[in-house]
Amino acid sequence: MPKNKSMNKVLVIGSGPIVIGQAAEFDYAGTQACRALRDEGFTVVLVNPNPATIMTDVDTAHKVYMEPLTLEFLTHVIEKERPDGLLATLGGQAGLNLAVKLEDAGVLQKFNVKVLGTSTDAVRHAEDRDLFKKAMEAINEPVAQSMIVEDVDSAVAFAKKIGFPVIVRPAYTLGGEGGGFASSTNELIDIAVRGLKASMIGQVLIEKSLFGYKEIEYEVMRDANDNCICICNMENIDPVGVHTGDSVVVAPTQTLSDVEAQMLRSASIKIIRALKIEGGCNIQFALDPHSLEYFVIEVNPRVSRSSALASKATGYPIAKVSAKIAAGLTLDEITNDVTGKTKACFEPSIDYCVIKYPRWPFDKFYYADKTLGTQMKATGEVMSIDRKFEAALLKAVRSLEIGANRLYLKKFADWSDEKVIRHAKRVDDERLFAIAEAFRRKLLTVEEVAAETLIDRWFLDKIKNIAEVENKLSSLIPPTHPLGASPQAPAAAVPLTGAALQLSNAGAADAGGNHAPHLAPSPVGGSVDGAPKTSSALGLSDELLIEAKKIGLPDVAIAELTGGSTAEIRRRRKSIGLLPHFKMVDTCAAEFDAQTPYLYSTYNAETSDALPPSHDKVIVLGSGPIRIGQGVEFDYCSVRCVRQLQKLGKFAIIINNNPETVSTDFDTSDRLYFEPLTLEDVQNIIEYESMEAPVGVIAQFGGQTAINLGVALDGEVDDKDRYFILGTSVENINRAEDRDAFDNLCEGLDIPRPKGAAIFTVEAALAAAAQIGYPLMVRPSYVLGGRAMQVVYNDEELTAYVQRAIAASYGKHPVFVDRYLPGTELDVDAVSDGKNVLIGGIMQHVERAGVHSGDSIAVFPPLSIGKPTLETVTNYTTTLARALDVKGLLNIQFVIADGKVFVLEVNPRSSRTIPFISKAAGIDLVDLATRAAVGLPLEQTTIKRPKKPYYAVKVPVFSLAKMQGVEVGLGPEMRSTGEVVGLDYHFSRALYKGLLAAGTVLPVGDHESLTKPCILFTVADRDKAEAVKLAAAFADCGYDLAATEGTRRAFAAAGIEAKPVGKVHQRSADIIKMLRSGVICMVVNTLSDSFINDQTSLSMRDGFKIRRAAVEIGVPCLTSLDTANAVLDVVQFARDRRLVYSLAIQDYLGGDHAAIPIQYY
Amino acid sequence: MRGKLVLEDGSVFNGFLIGDSAFGEVVFNTGMEGYQDILTDPSYCTQIVALTYPLVGNYGVNHKFNQSERPLCSALICAELCTQPSGSDCEAPLADFLAQYKIPCFTGVDTRALTIKLRSSGTMKGGLFPVDTPQSTIDQTLNRPLNSKVVEIATCKERYVLNGDSDGLKVAVYDFGIKRNILDSLVARGARVIVLPASTSAEDCLKLEPDLIFLSNGPGDPADLDPITEQIKILLGKKPIFGICLGHQLIARALGAKTFKLKFGHRGVNQPVKFLDNNRCYITSQNHGYAVDAQSLENVPLDITCVSLNDGTIEGLKHRSLPVESVQFHPEASPGPNDCAFMFDRLFVRADG
Repeated sequence: MPKNKSMNKVLVIGSGPIVIGQAAEFDYAGTQACRALRDEGFTVVLVNPNPATIMTDVDTAHKVYMEPLTLEFLTHVIEKERPDGLLATLGGQAGLNLAVKLEDAGVLQKFNVKVLGTSTDAVRHAEDRDLFKKAMEAINEPVAQSMIVEDVDSAVAFAKKIGFPVIVRPAYTLGGEGGGFASSTNELIDIAVRGLKASMIGQVLIEKSLFGYKEIEYEVMRDANDNCICICNMENIDPVGVHTGDSVVVAPTQTLSDVEAQMLRSASIKIIRALKIEGGCNIQFALDPHSLEYFVIEVNPRVSRSSALASKATGYPIAKVSAKIAAGLTLDEITNDVTGKTKACFEPSIDYCVIKYPRWPFDKFYYADKTLGTQMKATGEVMSIDRKFEAALLKAVRSLEIGANRLYLKKFADWSDEKVIRHAKRVDDERLFAIAEAFRRKLLTVEEVAAETLIDRWFLDKIKNIAEVENKLSSLIPPTHPLGASPQAPAAAVPLTGAALQLSNAGAADAGGNHAPHLAPSPVGGSVDGAPKTSSALGLSDELLIEAKKIGLPDVAIAELTGGSTAEIRRRRKSIGLLPHFKMVDTCAAEFDAQTPYLYSTYNAETSDALPPSHDKVIVLGSGPIRIGQGVEFDYCSVRCVRQLQKLGKFAIIINNNPETVSTDFDTSDRLYFEPLTLEDVQNIIEYESMEAPVGVIAQFGGQTAINLGVALDGEVDDKDRYFILGTSVENINRAEDRDAFDNLCEGLDIPRPKGAAIFTVEAALAAAAQIGYPLMVRPSYVLGGRAMQVVYNDEELTAYVQRAIAASYGKHPVFVDRYLPGTELDVDAVSDGKNVLIGGIMQHVERAGVHSGDSIAVFPPLSIGKPTLETVTNYTTTLARALDVKGLLNIQFVIADGKVFVLEVNPRSSRTIPFISKAAGIDLVDLATRAAVGLPLEQTTIKRPKKPYYAVKVPVFSLAKMQGVEVGLGPEMRSTGEVVGLDYHFSRALYKGLLAAGTVLPVGDHESLTKPCILFTVADRDKAEAVKLAAAFADCGYDLAATEGTRRAFAAAGIEAKPVGKVHQRSADIIKMLRSGVICMVVNTLSDSFINDQTSLSMRDGFKIRRAAVEIGVPCLTSLDTANAVLDVVQFARDRRLVYSLAIQDYLGGDHAAIPIQYY
Repeated sequence: MRGKLVLEDGSVFNGFLIGDSAFGEVVFNTGMEGYQDILTDPSYCTQIVALTYPLVGNYGVNHKFNQSERPLCSALICAELCTQPSGSDCEAPLADFLAQYKIPCFTGVDTRALTIKLRSSGTMKGGLFPVDTPQSTIDQTLNRPLNSKVVEIATCKERYVLNGDSDGLKVAVYDFGIKRNILDSLVARGARVIVLPASTSAEDCLKLEPDLIFLSNGPGDPADLDPITEQIKILLGKKPIFGICLGHQLIARALGAKTFKLKFGHRGVNQPVKFLDNNRCYITSQNHGYAVDAQSLENVPLDITCVSLNDGTIEGLKHRSLPVESVQFHPEASPGPNDCAFMFDRLFVRADG
């Protein structure tokens, strides 16, 4: 059936901000879908308030509404745009839920909007636990014994009936939020309470635990003609019990026989038919490892994180094909873009092994509970490809950027055997590392680990294979005397520096026997034949080196293990022609010729598929997995850069490892390398690509990952003739990052900086403090599992902090002590060619300095900054850009204190705010920066800005409800996972939209009502005076007030009434009960000074509990009075203005005739 | 032992040879599971089978996955042979199975490079040799013709009966190298199955008074089987006939159509087939190196029922007037998807009526 002719305009619902459980995969899926719909001739209207995405770029959809994803705003957009169809299956769970709400509210019927693709009825059947169970029973597909409950008592009663352990799954939530695994009544009560609250419809499912079953996923598609295909199956290495988003996943399944795989495939197709899904669908099964018994765990009738992974793993564009199916096409009518010849109606066959490894935020959330269970905790993930499982696994590990270059953590050096064993059995983020260490130390057998963890022994055997090769390498270092060494030396050898020692035939000594033939060296490179067993200064045989590379160990790990240097290993490797080959991902295991240059490296090959072209090539370094502090913004920048390079006639190559993103879509770049972003992996690609002609490398768009790589690449002097870093020079990058160099630069330019010092001792710190004055911002130059930045107010706090920091770094790294200026922060994004400077935008932070810029609300243009100050900021920016000879982007943070402008830091690279400011100001900063980076002058481009001014407010979004034990309060350490934007001609309404889109919903105050909404105040002494004013203003707007004792007394003294509330440690249930019952609609809780000390004092723990309770229950919790003031502003605005008003970004920007040319400095 | 694969055109691929030297037509299969089913599919008789999925043997072997008594292929080529399998049905590692039946295994091979070679140059003869084999021996081996009597190897030596007590449909099955799951599929639907050697005359077959004559899959070039084709000509019109794979090609030839050799065949479990009557598409399991030539159907009373969505070649035929029908793909799967198992159901409905 060709495209539905009655459809012209389609509304697409995006997924909103990045949160744990709903990340960049929806940017990828949504972008692909919008483009597919445009290709089919539809007018596409998009609603998505996430500015950091390619999806919300003006050229993705005809109309982009960056408005809150609520029923009211969607209704307004629908009323205005009158779309014929609605596509909701590409916006994640948020999009689906909204489509259901729109239907329930009668909006779709009223405006005659047809739901495209999977119907809302199908959504209900997949999502509503009870309907789902019935649907599965009707087609004889087994679901685990379970019951829907709406209260805790029924949950307990049912659990007792089916027996513990049980799993609690709330209906309609993201990433299993509020779910959990309970093995006792008490645990169940806790989890059920949370789950009922998290569920949109107040339902949770209590289900018999299938702990230890294999967790298998199928990605299936169906079209309106009932054609069904399976795109990919995947096996979770972690058995059932760990959320699939937190599991290490391999594609295709590895331990399933054809009978098992086909059984589950047939079940998947039966299910997708029964639910009448049109488009992509993810189905999760639990399979008994000892029989053919299985259960259907869950069906996601939409594109998902798993479908993004399946798309990248196979090359099959699931979102694009889903969108075309929604548009009315059938699978056999859609071309397979990868082969260009065959149709989308086929099942991909892959000839490599894919690993997905989750990236957890525990490096930022040290106090978080790291146990993995049914509630997802990862913020992002990496994917890796190789022809050998071990190599794919190790590639994934080094892609994580957690300081591990193999399955080994530096802290293992201090771990006792008992500790290693304990951790190998623990279900947390370090499990596979601890298992590998246990194998290296020969503490546990594969059988023992399998029995304890229920991980299939196939995977454990592979990890053991890696451990054995590592042991062979480390055994080359003799414990005492070079010639007295035994090849069986213990694993935990101390690496020697300098040249290692001769040890003939060591590698070959135990190469026979147990090892599979494939583990022995195979003929990679002609020089292997007949080469001597040991040919270099290292006692490392060619055979062992080849084995190590085939299994996926990087040079740096081999160097560590053998005591050589990385450079030495690298030279050695190249001298015997041991280089990776590059193979193609083509959906069809080479059966057909493929058109898409999507490549991965492997040492398990004899030849490469695709030779490097001899075009004018530029490599764009990507940003790796989504983590706190480095999110989808940098993927946005990478993609924009690639597009601009293509416009400039360059051959754009991208290197990245994040399967969720647009940058790793097969048709984003001219060539995609799905590879770890490490020096060695990137260098291998560069050397391969630069065989014919030198290549340029752009490092400024991929966040810190890319910048660090750029700096490292620049240091590889040998290869400088083959590639060069484009953009700002590494020397200047270092000048901006090096504290002393930057201080000197600013001094020379007469630009003020907050006073500061780098100290190594407590005495020096106190001396510096005496000179600079409190409060101080302190941070270690080197973070070692401890906290990072803090504000200290006195000698006592400073001493405590410095003592800890010095201990953590063994006194090797300085602690920075800077004057903390609690003024207004400004963020500037600019672009420069070294001569001309263009100010992209100046943003004002709502929260005063001290709150991480990524966590503060930011307003563009600045709201309350005088013109002279803005001129100073512009001047400083221009001066610094020229002084650093910036060729590309530049981000500067300023603080304005006592009427003076200070520079906090300069980052000569893309910042987190680039997509926000590009959209808010209507300037494509990345496009300009790309031109500058490749050496084109900026003055040749004329940029215009819209005539009618409007406000853009960036509001951070947190995922703290999912991270138990984590502090909620804002501070100098970033905690947000995503952001939204509020756009409006009125500042207050823009702020309202931003807050609403971020999920901070405040009921309207009402003087008349008997049950007025109530705001709880509990603030630190130094904030009490300010809080009094705030409270009075809220009371004036029709809110009740409640306060803890100290705060209440301060209020009373000012004549403001507030309900007294007992502190948590006094009457434990009081506040929590009020939060749960919904009496309190917002909490204003500022952190007491002692926050910076250990969490010891009672009020400290009290505050922590209140904040956690609020966040977990879903009540807004503001920890900065500045944020509270912003909310007040909205509340006041709401009294006399309508709040729902929507306008597309294209309409804000207007046509060229309405634009004002922008000035270059 | 270090070894090499040398193809007819002189290209060489390196790896490790477990077992003896081997010779045969080198073909590739893109299925990601089902290696044991593939190895024991008699249609691969004398061929050297390369698997494109690199990790082979992960779930070991189990006698119940066998599609025939023993593997008839010449050798297996893979990137990595799993020595430590894990699976709910694992009886032994694949290596043991291969050793038991003396099937050489060539591992550590860049099978993707090999597949690209075969896809672009077409399937060809090849030999597996220890690395130090003299060139003269290699040349001598590769100059040998391929065995054209493969059906003789693959067929049963004597007739046998399955489900003999059943009073269901009586099906006479010509065994050209039949896969066990085809027989199972017939038996599962209540048929009384009489399996006949390929050399059985039409006369002997008809004496059995079957309700349906089934022509099985099997190895080799259908053009090498003219004596059998002659017998099929006799059978046409006497009884309902259904054919799969080689059986399908033989029916077409018996009615005057021609067959031709595909460049690199269809071997995998992901092959899309489109049914022309209702435009429905199904994913099928396939294993064939030859196909019926659509142009040769001009004066032949056969209609095309389904085609490959990948290359448009014929995947199913139906006689215009007689109850004769055939498919090129494998509705019995094993390995692969069961989406077309309904073909067997239809068969019974039709033969009954």
